[in-house]
Amino acid sequence: MIRVQSEDFDVGAELARLDGAGKNVGGICSFVGLVRETTGGEKLTAMTLEHYPGMTEKQLAEVEAEARSRWPLDEVLILHRFGRLVPGERIVLVAASSAHRDAAFNACRFLIDGLKIKAPFWKNEETTDGDSQWLEAIPAPPAPTR
Amino acid sequence: MKILYFAWLREKTGLGSEDATLPKNVKDVNALIHWLKGRSEGHAEAFSDLTHIRAAVNQEHVGLDHPVADGDEVAFFPPVTGG
Repeated sequence: MIRVQSEDFDVGAELARLDGAGKNVGGICSFVGLVRETTGGEKLTAMTLEHYPGMTEKQLAEVEAEARSRWPLDEVLILHRFGRLVPGERIVLVAASSAHRDAAFNACRFLIDGLKIKAPFWKNEETTDGDSQWLEAIPAPPAPTR
Repeated sequence: MKILYFAWLREKTGLGSEDATLPKNVKDVNALIHWLKGRSEGHAEAFSDLTHIRAAVNQEHVGLDHPVADGDEVAFFPPVTGG
């Protein structure tokens, strides 16, 4: 499941959707990404996440499909926020459930790493000195086409 | 063709998106960039360093040698920084 929204989310409530009777789920692995207090040694006031509506959902769906092709997963959740966020706020939640923990752990790692490479989000950081600038990506080759 | 700009490319071009009718000789992303640079000073500045630019055609990541055609949705943006 893919969700892109400006609103905050309740991690417990979201994860509770991934279990349930009748599913042969042995475990859920999740990762929550937060806005850090500092950037490059400077104190952050806020961060604004811009994204490309349409392409974001499409790319996240591809990341989910790729994870499902690699591991026997029951549920997959990728939830990513956009808009202005302050330090400490939640940005992203990824989770995977499976019959066994190895698949859940590996898929969870794959989901957050794949998202960082493929999903069209950009962070604009405001620092306490009044500056704002676009966060530069850690040098990496162009995003893979699949 | 619909062309979209994000992050500092949007700021430098002053446009979130624009519609364009391609000249016949524009057949790939590189040629499109070359043509767009002539549209305004902002465009020229936005596309001054291609090492910091990524492109998508019809919402898929592509290299700058990827073909383009009228009717495509083409987007330009810096390397992504989500998550």
